Amino acid sequence: MTSETMPETITVREALRDAMAEEMRQNPNVFLMGEEVAEYQGAYKVSQGLLEEFGSKRVIDTPITEAGFAGVGVGAAFGGLSPIVEFMTFNFSMQAIDQIINSAAKTLYMSGGQMGCPIVFRGPNGSAARVGAQHSQCFASWYAHCPGLKVVSPYNAIDAKGLLKAAIRDPNPVVFLENELLYGQRFEAPPSGSDFILPIGKAHIERPGKDVTLIGFSIMVGYALEAAEELAKEGIDVEVINLRSLRPLDLETIFESVRKTNHCVTLEEGFPYAGIGSELSAQIMEHMFDFLDAPVLRVTAKDVPLPYAANLERLAIPRSPEIVQAVKNVLYNA
Amino acid sequence: MSPKNLKNSPHSPSLENLYKAYESMYLIRRFEEKAGQLYGMGLIAGFCHLYIGQEAVVVGLQQAVTESDSIITSYRDHGHMLACDMSPGGVMAELTGRSGGYSKGKGGSMHMFSREKKFYGGHGIVGAQVPIGTGLALAHQYKNDNGICFTYMGDGGSNQGQMFEAFNMAALWKLPVLYIIENNLYAMGTSLDRHAAVTDLSTRGSAQGIPGKSVDGMDYLAMREAALEAASYVRSGKGPFILEAKTYRYRGHSMSDPAKYRSKEEVEDVKSHHDPLSILEAEILRQGGDKDHLESITKDVKKKIDEAVEFAKESPEPSEGELFTDILV
Amino acid sequence: MTIEILMPALSPTMTEGNLIKWLKKEGDSLKSGDVLAEIETDKATMEVEAVDEGVLGKILVLGGTENVKVNTLIALILEEGETTADLKIQGTPQNSEPTPSEKSLPISPPSPSKSQEKTSLSGISQDRIFSSPLARRLALEKNLDLSTIQGSGPRGRIVKKDVEETSKKPVSVSSSSDSAFEDVALTTMRKVVAKRLTESKQTVPHFYVSMDVEIDALLNLRKDLNKGLGDIKVSVNDFLIKACARTLMDVPEANASWMETFIRLYKTADVSVAVSLDEGLITPIVRNAQSKSILEISAEMKSLREKAQTGKLIPSEFQGGSFSLSNMGMYGVSSFSAILNPPQGCILAVGAGSETAVVRSGVLTVATMMTLTLSVDHRVIDGAIAAQFLKTLKNYIENPVLILA
Repeated sequence: MTSETMPETITVREALRDAMAEEMRQNPNVFLMGEEVAEYQGAYKVSQGLLEEFGSKRVIDTPITEAGFAGVGVGAAFGGLSPIVEFMTFNFSMQAIDQIINSAAKTLYMSGGQMGCPIVFRGPNGSAARVGAQHSQCFASWYAHCPGLKVVSPYNAIDAKGLLKAAIRDPNPVVFLENELLYGQRFEAPPSGSDFILPIGKAHIERPGKDVTLIGFSIMVGYALEAAEELAKEGIDVEVINLRSLRPLDLETIFESVRKTNHCVTLEEGFPYAGIGSELSAQIMEHMFDFLDAPVLRVTAKDVPLPYAANLERLAIPRSPEIVQAVKNVLYNA
Repeated sequence: MSPKNLKNSPHSPSLENLYKAYESMYLIRRFEEKAGQLYGMGLIAGFCHLYIGQEAVVVGLQQAVTESDSIITSYRDHGHMLACDMSPGGVMAELTGRSGGYSKGKGGSMHMFSREKKFYGGHGIVGAQVPIGTGLALAHQYKNDNGICFTYMGDGGSNQGQMFEAFNMAALWKLPVLYIIENNLYAMGTSLDRHAAVTDLSTRGSAQGIPGKSVDGMDYLAMREAALEAASYVRSGKGPFILEAKTYRYRGHSMSDPAKYRSKEEVEDVKSHHDPLSILEAEILRQGGDKDHLESITKDVKKKIDEAVEFAKESPEPSEGELFTDILV
Repeated sequence: MTIEILMPALSPTMTEGNLIKWLKKEGDSLKSGDVLAEIETDKATMEVEAVDEGVLGKILVLGGTENVKVNTLIALILEEGETTADLKIQGTPQNSEPTPSEKSLPISPPSPSKSQEKTSLSGISQDRIFSSPLARRLALEKNLDLSTIQGSGPRGRIVKKDVEETSKKPVSVSSSSDSAFEDVALTTMRKVVAKRLTESKQTVPHFYVSMDVEIDALLNLRKDLNKGLGDIKVSVNDFLIKACARTLMDVPEANASWMETFIRLYKTADVSVAVSLDEGLITPIVRNAQSKSILEISAEMKSLREKAQTGKLIPSEFQGGSFSLSNMGMYGVSSFSAILNPPQGCILAVGAGSETAVVRSGVLTVATMMTLTLSVDHRVIDGAIAAQFLKTLKNYIENPVLILA
């Protein structure tokens, strides 16, 4: 087997690590801080090898004090550095959300444009597997709610590398929502060369189709593609949009798709109430009303704290069969 | 407490320095009096926390600030900005919500910044500026620019969890940060002995091994001396230091505070016996200073503040187009 | 059709008001300008005047009712010839106090129906048609009435598929095979025609002026012209368009529209020509007809007629116009009076040409005569101008070389 016949693949974990390493090589003001990022090589091994290459000045283990080190990161960004702050999971970012929103996101505005905050907050978001309610929450809508932040969420290795590099270079605070279950998954490798980045704010059509639009991000894109395969067997042609960026939203791509398919289902692992799907529904309703043949449907986690028991957990988190059913419902084809 | 023991200090300031400090402190005093007046006239709204009574703290500390240092504080920030040499008109115009304000009218009393003067705010969330100041110190260390960060907080903020988190990292990484706890005895309306289990706030960093010192925050000379010592400790690379400045605010917590939690007599006693401007004036005269010169200073300051007020009234409101600017870079 | 009286907004900020009292009672006849009721706004007490003539058929919101939202239906007026039986919309007055007049005008209670069970809208019931936004837009584009479409979605919602299937079938409401009649659903065009012409006939003070003209010379000229043109055939109507255009230049007062607060005099003759279609009527416009040749007019009419019949006219091709021409000569109609095409001041109705005995200089002879009838909006144009118009037009038609000159 040669490289011509088989495209090279890498894991999302490697893509994220490569993104950080490349940007740290290019810009001496970029550094990584967080719990277990250095000596432990990353709680999920995302920062593997970075301490060896860049040393303890630029790969900093912090105490388990999220509010504190998030604030230190913000201060360092005000002071002219470009920190990458890793949360072991975004569940712990709730301890630090004041620094992310009140300090990082709002200060540019409150200072009349003087105080930019070039910082990336990154880490795994959403549910992993059997870790219970406190360690399984999706924070997409929490952060996407706030002006002054950019919020991105990659699906595959290309997204992970291209978007993380863009986030590190961005002069604004960027919340970068990864997914633990995707870390080990292999995908087509991103184009080589350290200048490859993906623009923040642009969605990607993973699969074109004409009957219904599925809009998802992160791990839900994979389930959407599975569901699309399944539905194709029944003659239903599904378009799958990978949002990539949750703020800003690529409304142009979304609207163009809905104008074509007239039917839309949104997907997320977060709670239904005031979620990303709610925003998508509202935007589509406001702008694409005359092109809708059915109400936009949302596939989300159930409106409960995530249970531990395996059977209940399966019921609470949406997967492809639920998407297949939602597509049939939205097409009046139940 | 008393400046007596400073007579022999190698850092003894010149009379010129004292005049300058007096001017600086009176500028703050006069500015805040006018701000209070404008608030009453409805020209300033929302939250407005006055610094009257605490002037010696920031002016004393400022004596230790060099060009590479950075400064950050909480929401009682007007005095710090003026001490950093930010223009009174720009600060006042921000209070009146005008385009000539430091944040184009979009920040208000608690949210003003000047990158030029290395003043990093002005933060409205109690204690949030402590990790940020610690991060600014991290940037000084990272860039090896000889700067240190002056991170101010109040006695109220000194109970915040994130302050202890920041202390821990600062001590652990030996960050060049000088923490100043301006202890004005009241966290909003709750007196020190009702909100802090240990009322000696200079020991706030004892668990992290951060040395601290209490100083009379009403006495400019004492403040100056302590600031120079503490800053030199921090600048030497030994890590953070804590200065507790024992001070007092004459006005309520904010403009809407009737200050029912303390007696009039208490306030009057401080005003007549511990007023920082009176103490400094006495020291100037004791050193042979000129009363007429002090009067000409106050006259000039009054004029300067009147001009600031005029500017803040005349400056137009921000254009409506400003609503959607400065959200992202 | 009953006329609906809605709660008016009597000030820019008014969103609701109090209906103080009715000054007319049910059964009273009304003429335009009569004070119907007193309404208290957020600013003052104001009078509501009747705009239409008729009989106050039904008061739906009684005097003394507070906080009546603007645009609430408060009363119904019966037009001439209508009776209370025509009050299709049932409703109880929105006030607990019964009025004697209610008894004097008994209205049968609504019979229970499916739609009543489905929707329990208080006050006035309405048959709500559920349809997706896309289906509504498609139906509008295809001139389909949603009430004729069977919805297949939840709650009978009409969806895209339903509209597409219906558009393949002829437009008609299903009627059982043994029925003695068939109810044909209204197309959008039919609705528009109905609305505009009703409005015209009801609100425009029409008067009519007729004149007979001899068209033998015109027919001869047309014959000669067509001989020379080969395949191209110029019609009598093409000549008439041109003749009207010339006349409008000579009698510019007739080239006018009523614009409510002023009269608009046109500088060009933009002649709207009535074209009959299966589903209604449309009036494509020959613009600047005064400066176009007969051949140009003929070619343009041919193209407009084709577009009209295939539904391809764009709005600018049928909206506007300064004068209308309606020719029913081809159907053998001897004469007729047309309804004005608002806001235009004139429309010319043309009958068929027929051989008629005429006396010319004391001698009985045969000539081909045609009757022209001009319908005129008296607000815009008076009788003398109308007469002058016809006289001038007659001169052109009877001396057709002048048309070409």
